Amino acid sequence: MAPRRPPVLLLLAGVAVGGLAALPAVYLAITIAGEASSAADAVFERRTLEVALRTVGLVAAVTVGAIGLAVPLAWLTVRTDLPARRLWATLTTLPLVIPSYIGAYLLVSAFGPRGALQGAVEPLGIERLPSIYGFVGAWLALTLFTYPLVLIPVRGALRRLDPQLEEAARAMGRRPAEIFRTVVVPQLVPAIGGGGLLVALYTLSDFGAVSIMRFDSFTREIYIAYQASFDRTEAAALGAVLVVAMLVLLALYARLRGARAYHRAGPGTVRPMGAISLGRWRVPALAFCGVVVAIALLLPVGLLVYWSTQQLGDGLALGSVVGNAGNSLLVASLAAAIGVVGATCVAVLTVRFPSPVSALVERLGYAGYALPGIVVALSLVFFGTRVALPLYQTLAMLVFAITVHYLPLAVGPLGAALLQVPPRIEEAARGLGRRPLEVFGTVTAPLVASGGLAGAALVFLHAVKELPATLLLAPIGFETLATDIWRQTSSGFFEAAAIPALVLLLIAAPPLYLLSEKGTVTS
Amino acid sequence: MTDRHPDTPASLTIRDLRKSFADTVAVGGLDLHVEGGRLCALLGPSGCGKTTTLRLIAGLERPDAGSIELGERALTTAGTFVPPERRRIGMVFQDYALFPHYDVAGNVAYGLGRRANRGRVREVLELVGLDRVADRPVHQLSGGQQQRVALARALAPTPELILLDEPFSNLDASLRERVREDVREIIAAAGVTALFVTHDQEEALSLAERVAVLREGRVEQVGTPEEIYSRPSTPWMAAFLGEVEVLAGEARDGRVKCELGSLAVETKAEGTVEVLIRPESVAIGITGPPDATEAEVVGRRFYGHDQLVELRLPSGRKVSSRRLGFPAWHPGDRVQVWVEGPADVLPGS
Repeated sequence: MAPRRPPVLLLLAGVAVGGLAALPAVYLAITIAGEASSAADAVFERRTLEVALRTVGLVAAVTVGAIGLAVPLAWLTVRTDLPARRLWATLTTLPLVIPSYIGAYLLVSAFGPRGALQGAVEPLGIERLPSIYGFVGAWLALTLFTYPLVLIPVRGALRRLDPQLEEAARAMGRRPAEIFRTVVVPQLVPAIGGGGLLVALYTLSDFGAVSIMRFDSFTREIYIAYQASFDRTEAAALGAVLVVAMLVLLALYARLRGARAYHRAGPGTVRPMGAISLGRWRVPALAFCGVVVAIALLLPVGLLVYWSTQQLGDGLALGSVVGNAGNSLLVASLAAAIGVVGATCVAVLTVRFPSPVSALVERLGYAGYALPGIVVALSLVFFGTRVALPLYQTLAMLVFAITVHYLPLAVGPLGAALLQVPPRIEEAARGLGRRPLEVFGTVTAPLVASGGLAGAALVFLHAVKELPATLLLAPIGFETLATDIWRQTSSGFFEAAAIPALVLLLIAAPPLYLLSEKGTVTS
Repeated sequence: MTDRHPDTPASLTIRDLRKSFADTVAVGGLDLHVEGGRLCALLGPSGCGKTTTLRLIAGLERPDAGSIELGERALTTAGTFVPPERRRIGMVFQDYALFPHYDVAGNVAYGLGRRANRGRVREVLELVGLDRVADRPVHQLSGGQQQRVALARALAPTPELILLDEPFSNLDASLRERVREDVREIIAAAGVTALFVTHDQEEALSLAERVAVLREGRVEQVGTPEEIYSRPSTPWMAAFLGEVEVLAGEARDGRVKCELGSLAVETKAEGTVEVLIRPESVAIGITGPPDATEAEVVGRRFYGHDQLVELRLPSGRKVSSRRLGFPAWHPGDRVQVWVEGPADVLPGS
């Protein structure tokens, strides 16, 4: 149908949301432009190159590591007669639930200088374990807790494969290993690429895990530069370089997603595939799955429970945990609620009234997401100290930062739900005597409610785990579970971080369950 | 009957209606008058602007120019545009557009708003014969039932006009015939003016009291189904409504001479004309009337209850004859060919 003009109020609301979402990116650009020469000096410093190389090295290593874990796991749990493969499928996906900084904390608490393993081996005369800190630790933590981002799409792609292609290859006399390499793998490339890019984006913007592992990647350097000096241009310049890297990866990801649509199997039902017999490889395959689950799931969860019981045994006050949990809930709920309202404006405008303006609003809506959390926060620190001083270090500013950062997470499911409501239904309601706002309330809103709920759950889930923006923007003395875990771990108080981490996982569980039921957890 | 609209049903008058999308003219100066209480069909090939016209009447699109009046009320003129919710026009969409989050009764009650009462909902559901499934979710209904829910929903607020967009295209062929008849009866019982859009000539001719044929955004011809079929106003009209042979002829004194002989003409015509002959009027036999023409069978398609026989006239021109399925004719047969009944002529070009 022909595009129609949107109601003025909706247009204004959409433009306002888009403008606000773009604020961090725009103000970062303004800051750098204002001090172009010193910013350029900072960018072209030798150290910046080193940081960039270190970061790229970590991103590449984590991506390769995640793919290396995920592809065999996906194949084993989808295509073979691996015993209890349903259970393995669930267990190997679960590490995604653990935020990488909690995972990093638990790895440090296990293998670090004052960790559990050190304590266990000291009586044997081993004074010092090889250090977990640095590249190895950051690589291990990020790989172990992000590989499900590759596993889930690859499992999906494997399930959609047409078995006739493999049968045809077999009929042409190819052996199974050859078929896997020449027929299966090429069809998995889009899924592997998409998942791998998600891992790369995560690694590039991650702050918690690298800072706990004391690995000087971009985000940690930005934080250090921010803390160290009054002249924060260096931090801004580093942030800008990081944003450019993010944009490159995001553009690649967008292209790959576009291409993937052509690879999708037709709507016809795909005949179920016969499971491939593992034969004598059964035991090694089980061992592989077992090791991954042990390190990425059982060890962290076990340690968490262990440290928590230690802490409870010491009888420490839980008052601060309750207060911090309340703060986490408050920030995340506000961000989810405001995010859904803003996302509704953007989604209705872009889906129902396509035009150049609404396309722009949609793009602007993604601006906050393209920036790593620490860069969003940094830009808003500048904005707060120079333009909006009354808002600086207020709860409002913190909620704003988190909301604009995660806004697209709510736009996605809402837009998808809205696309499934045919405009005819809304027109029918108008023909039956209802005004446009009434139609939205009685027809559109009930039909997209589940999309809105999914959007809210996604924003909540990410907001409750959010670390860097909260560190930079929270009012003085305002601690959340995330900042508490980070501070305790940074100071080596592993026991003290356990209960906040456990509580955080428990708070994240209901929205995560809701999303996995709806199958949107990876979207 | 309480469903009948209290006043005399409103007539619909459209004058010089125009609507373009970007560079495409969808409706280009359309005039139409539908008398109150009539069931009128808008018939035309796809892309002729039928659905756009319907949406303009419903107020779902704004016209570029022209006026729409319903009874005494101006819905769209140069200065006014009544929003769809205040037009009192019921619409039945091609895909029904039922609300998936309401049950059958909920869908019907929706248009009644705060005036909703069980009595009216039940009354309308009885009218369409769905009172027994009132509390079912709509997705559990068959296509024909969903169609009737959509109709009931549109009728519930006693609209002055009801619009139906390709109302039967989503139904199985086997179901369509019966549902058509049901719909006609329901609309007649409700006593409401109705306009439906279709591309199916048979549907328009069999269901409507009046048919308006649309071509490229304008009305090509309006009339009763019989007038439309038997006296098309242009060769395009004649061809659109079915297979037709166009022969050159000379008309004089109520008769026209053409290659198939001298035929009676119903309309007044003199001089050079085009003679329109439908295949079902072309008769063939081993022997024929005195003025029959010689012809040779050159092809035959068998359809079961009838057959289409292709003939070559002495001049080399080919014409088709639609006959019952028996006797079978075969290529090579020499036959006599003549025209049964009067012919229709158009001024020659």
